[in-house]
Amino acid sequence: MTVSQISLTPLIPGLLLAGVLFALGLVGLLVRRNLIFMLISVEIMLNAAALAFILAGAHHGAADGQVMFLFILAMAAAEVAVGLAIILKLGRDLGTLDADAARKLGD
Amino acid sequence: MLASVWLAVAAPLLGFLVLSLFGKRLPRRLVSAAGVGSVGVAFLSSLLVFWSYLQIAPAPGGVELSLGNWFDTGGLSPRFAVTIDPLSLVMLLVVTGVGFLIHLYSAEFMREDPGLSRFFAYLNLFVGSMLVLVLARNLLLLYLGWEGVGLCSYLLIGFWYRDPQNGAAARKAFIVTRIGDTALAVGLLLLFTELGTLDLPELLARASLRWPLGSGYAVAAAALLLFGAAGKSAQLPLQTWLPDAMAGPTPVSALIHAATMVTAGVYLILRTHALFLLAPPVLLAVAVIGAATLLLAGCSALVQRDLKRVLAYSTISQLGYLFLALGVGAWSAAVFHLVTHAFFKALLFLAAGAVILAQQHEHDIFKMGGLRRRLPVVFWTFLAGASALAGLPLLTAGFYSKDLILFSAWSSGHGGAWLFAAGLAGALLTALYSFRLVFVVFFGESKTEVTHEPGRCITVPLVILAILSLVGGFIELPQNFMGGGVLSRFLDPVLAQGDPHGGPWSEAFAQIVAGLVSLLGLFLAWRFLLRAPRVAAGEIRWPLIGERLRRFWFDGFGFDRLYDALLIRPFVSLSARNAADVVDRPFLGLAWLARGGHRLLARTQTGKVRWYAAAVAVGAIVVVAVELFR
Repeated sequence: MTVSQISLTPLIPGLLLAGVLFALGLVGLLVRRNLIFMLISVEIMLNAAALAFILAGAHHGAADGQVMFLFILAMAAAEVAVGLAIILKLGRDLGTLDADAARKLGD
Repeated sequence: MLASVWLAVAAPLLGFLVLSLFGKRLPRRLVSAAGVGSVGVAFLSSLLVFWSYLQIAPAPGGVELSLGNWFDTGGLSPRFAVTIDPLSLVMLLVVTGVGFLIHLYSAEFMREDPGLSRFFAYLNLFVGSMLVLVLARNLLLLYLGWEGVGLCSYLLIGFWYRDPQNGAAARKAFIVTRIGDTALAVGLLLLFTELGTLDLPELLARASLRWPLGSGYAVAAAALLLFGAAGKSAQLPLQTWLPDAMAGPTPVSALIHAATMVTAGVYLILRTHALFLLAPPVLLAVAVIGAATLLLAGCSALVQRDLKRVLAYSTISQLGYLFLALGVGAWSAAVFHLVTHAFFKALLFLAAGAVILAQQHEHDIFKMGGLRRRLPVVFWTFLAGASALAGLPLLTAGFYSKDLILFSAWSSGHGGAWLFAAGLAGALLTALYSFRLVFVVFFGESKTEVTHEPGRCITVPLVILAILSLVGGFIELPQNFMGGGVLSRFLDPVLAQGDPHGGPWSEAFAQIVAGLVSLLGLFLAWRFLLRAPRVAAGEIRWPLIGERLRRFWFDGFGFDRLYDALLIRPFVSLSARNAADVVDRPFLGLAWLARGGHRLLARTQTGKVRWYAAAVAVGAIVVVAVELFR
C-alpha cells in the first residue's frame, strides 16, 4: 500500500457506516428479548467498533487499527463461546430464551 | 513529735475505712467506739503536735512536713506536704477538738439509728478531709480536702435518704457549693498558669513579686478564690443552700454546717490573704459581702419558726462577720471569731438537738416552751451559747471576738463607718434572735411532752462547750485590757497585722457601744416575748406591710425564688424543649438521606439485562457528550 492509496480511503462514509451498524446493534440489543438475537446484536456492535478501528488505522497509515481488529476478533470469539454457554444453561434452566425472564437478581 | 500530725490525719481516715468496710458486721457499741475513738486519737495527736510546736523555736513560715510527691506532670508537681504553723494549728485543734465532742454526742444522738456505721464512716471521712484541707501546704491538696468535705456534706445532709426532701436538700447544697468550687478551680488554674506553682508559700511570694498592687491578674485570681470561698461559707450570693442543709442529722449541722466546713472559705482567704492584699477591690468586696450577708441572714433568722433554721441563718450571719473581718484586714480577729463561733454555734446546735430529741423531733419553736425546768442542763448550756452568740458583754467569748471585729471595721484602714454600722445593726439582730430562741423555747408554758432525757454522752459535750463559749474569749483580750491577746501574738508570724488599731479610748468606745447594743437586743426580746408573749405565739396580726416583710424575710429574701426564676426554670424548660435532641437532628438527617438514596438506587436494580444495557449506553453517551462539548 502506498500513501496515496491510503488517503483515498473514504473515511467519513466509512465511519457513518460504522455508526449506523453500532446503532442498529444497540437498538437490537435493547429491543429484542431473545437472548440469541441479543448476542447477535452485541456481535454487530463489536464489528462496528472494529470497522471504525480499521478505518482510523487506514486513515492515519498506521498498523494499530488492524492490530486492534485482530484483538476484537479474538475477544468476540471468546465472548461468543462464553455467551452461548450461558445462554444454553439459561435455556435449559428456564425453558425459555426470554431475557426478561432471567431476573433472579432483581430487586 | 511534730510527725504525729500524720496520725491526726490518718486516724479518722482509717476509721472511715474500717467502718465502711466492716461497719455492718461490727456490734453497734464497737461502731460508736471506733467512730468516736478515731477522732479522739486525732485530737490527742493534735495536742501533741501543738505541744511540740511550742517546744521548738518555730521558723516564721511554719514547719513543713512532706510525704513525697503526689504526681509530677507538665511542670505541676504537688507534694503531699503539710504546713504546721500557728494558723493551721488553731484550725487543727478546733476541728479535732470540737469534732471529738460532736462525735461523742452523736454516739448517743444516733444510738437508735439503723445507719449508725454509715453515719460514723461519713463523719470520720469528713474530719479526715477537713484536716487535709487545713493542713495542706499546696493549693491542690487543699482542693482535695475542699472537695472531700463537700462530698461528706452532701452525704450527710441526705443521710436520711428515704425522705426525698432530704435528698433534694443534699443535691441543692452540693450543686450550689459546686458553683463556687468551679470558680475556685478556675482560680487555681489561673494561679498555676501565671505563677507556675501551687505551693502556698512559693505562690504567695511569687504573686507579690510579679504582680503590682491592683494588677488585673491579682484581682481576677482573688475574685475567683472569693467566689469559691463564698460558696463554701454560704455568703451572698451563694448562701441559699445552708438553711436547707438542716435536713441532715443535728450533729452534722453542728460539725459541718456550723463549726468547721463552712469556715473553710474563711480559712482559704486567710491562707491566701497576701494575694487579697494585692487586690484592694476584691478585699472591699469581701467586706461588703460580709456586711450584706450578716444583715440579710440576721433578718431572716429573726422570723424563722424552725429551731434549726434559726441557727442556720445565724450561722450565715456570723460567717458574714468573719468575711467582714477579712475584708477590713483584721485577720486574727477573724480567726478569733472563727474559734469562738465554732464553740458556741456547735454548742447551740447540740443543745438544739437535745431539745429536738426530747420533743419527739419537733422543730417548730412555737410548739415548744417551758423546757427550762425539764431540761436544766440543756437550758443552762443553751443560755451560755446564746449569750455568747448575742455577745453579752464581759462574760462571754462572743463579746470579745465580735467586738474586735466591730472595732477593726471602724478603725482599720480598709474599714469605714458604714461597715461598722452594718456590724452594729447585725449585733442587735443577733441578740434579738438569740434571746427570742431562749425565751420561746425554754420559757412560757410547756406545749409538748418531754420524752427523752439527755444522757451523759450529750451533757458532757454540752457542758465543755458551754465553758469554752464563756472563757474562750480570754485567749484574746482587747488591747486596752491588759495589753492585748495571746492568740494574735501566736498568729503574728502568719497573719501579720498592719498597723494595729486606734487608741485605747476609741476601742473602749466600740466596746461600750457593742455591749449596749447586745443588751438592747436582750431587753427588746424580753420586752416583746416574755412581757407580751402573745407576740411570740404569733397571735397578733401584723399590719399588712409587716406581714409581707415577715414572709419575705422568712423566705430568706426570696433568693430561692429568684434563682428558681432566673436559672432553674429556664434551664428546665430548655431541657424539656431539647428532649428531642435538637443537636442530633443534622446527623439523623444524614442517616435519612443515606437511607433515601439507598431506596432510590435499589429501584434501579431490576434484574432486566436490557435495562442495564440501556443504562450503560446512556452513560456512555453522556460521557462522550461531556467530553465533546466541554
